[in-house]
Amino acid sequence: MSIYVYIFTMALTTYLIRVLPLTIFRKPIRSRFLRSFLHYVPYACLTAMTFPAILSSTASILSGAAALIVAIILAYRGKSLIVVALSSSAAVLIVECVLKLTGVLA
Amino acid sequence: MNFREYRTGVSRGLPVGMGYFSVSFGFGAMAVSQGISAWTATLISLTNVTSAGLVAGLTVIVAAATLWEMILTQLIINSRYALMSLALSQRMGEKIGFLPRLLIAFFNTDEIFALAMARVEPLTVPFMLGLGTLPIVGWTLGTLCGGLAGSVLPASIQAALGVMLYGMFIAIVVPPAKTDKKILAAVILALCFSSAFTWVPVLKTVSAGLAIVICTVAAAGICAALLPIEEEAEAAA
Repeated sequence: MSIYVYIFTMALTTYLIRVLPLTIFRKPIRSRFLRSFLHYVPYACLTAMTFPAILSSTASILSGAAALIVAIILAYRGKSLIVVALSSSAAVLIVECVLKLTGVLA
Repeated sequence: MNFREYRTGVSRGLPVGMGYFSVSFGFGAMAVSQGISAWTATLISLTNVTSAGLVAGLTVIVAAATLWEMILTQLIINSRYALMSLALSQRMGEKIGFLPRLLIAFFNTDEIFALAMARVEPLTVPFMLGLGTLPIVGWTLGTLCGGLAGSVLPASIQAALGVMLYGMFIAIVVPPAKTDKKILAAVILALCFSSAFTWVPVLKTVSAGLAIVICTVAAAGICAALLPIEEEAEAAA
C-alpha cells in the first residue's frame, strides 16, 4: 500500500477529531456540569501530560526532576512562559553536565 | 485583518514554535532511520500537527499494518483533541465563524490550545492564526532539518529542548492553581491518576494517549461534579 494512503488516513482521522467538536458544538452549553467539566479539562489534561512524563523525557530521572522543580518554582513566582520554559531546559543541561562530570551518566 | 492581534498571536506562539522545532527534529531523524525519506516525513508533519500521533502513525506505516489500525491508533492517541476542540469552541464564542474554525481545527494542538485558553482577552481569528503560524513553521521545518541532518544534534541537547514544552505546560497550570483551590484540586487529581497509569501494574499497560484521556475525563469529571464552578468564575475563565 502506498505510504501516501497511510498519511492521508492519518491526517483525515486527526483532523476530524479536531474539526467536528469545533464546528458542530458551537452553541453555548447550558449544562452547568458540562461547563464546569470543560473549565477543568485544560488543567487536568496538561497536568496528566506533563507528570510523570517529564521525569522520563531526559537521559536521567534527576535532570527531568530538576526541570520539573525549576519550572514549578519559577511559574509559582509568576515568571513568564518563555523564562520558565528556557530555565527548565537549562536545568536539564546543567544537571546532565554535572552527572557526566561525576561519572553518574555515561 | 487585524495585524496587531496577529502579531500578538505570533509572539505568544514563538516559544511553542521553538519547542516544536526540537521535538519534530527528533521525529525527522527517527523517520529517516526507519526508511522514510526526509520529504515524506515532512509531509507527515505538515498534515498531522501532533507529536504522539506522529510516532504512533510512523509505527503503523513501518509495520505495514492495515488502515483500520491506523484509524484506531490515531483515534485513541488523539482523542484528547476532541475534548480540547470542544473546550476551545466554547471559549471562542459564537463570533468566530465556520470557515476560520475549519482552519483553526487543523492546528489545535496541546500547546496552542493551552495558549488560547490562557488568554485573558477574547479570542479573535487573527490572534488564532498568529498563534498557529510559528508552531506550524517550526514543526514542519524541524522535521525537515531532523530528517536531512539525521542525528547530528547530541541526544542530551534534543531532550533538553524537548523539556521546554513541559516547562510551558507548567507555566500555564501553576499560576491559576496557586490562586484557585478548585483548579488545584483538578491538578492534584490528574497528578494522582497519571501517576497510577505510569506506575501501577495493569494500569501502566494502557497506551499513553488513552491514559491521558482517562485521566482528563476522570479528574475534570470529579471536579465538575463536586466543585461546579460559579457563573462569575466561568465568565472570567
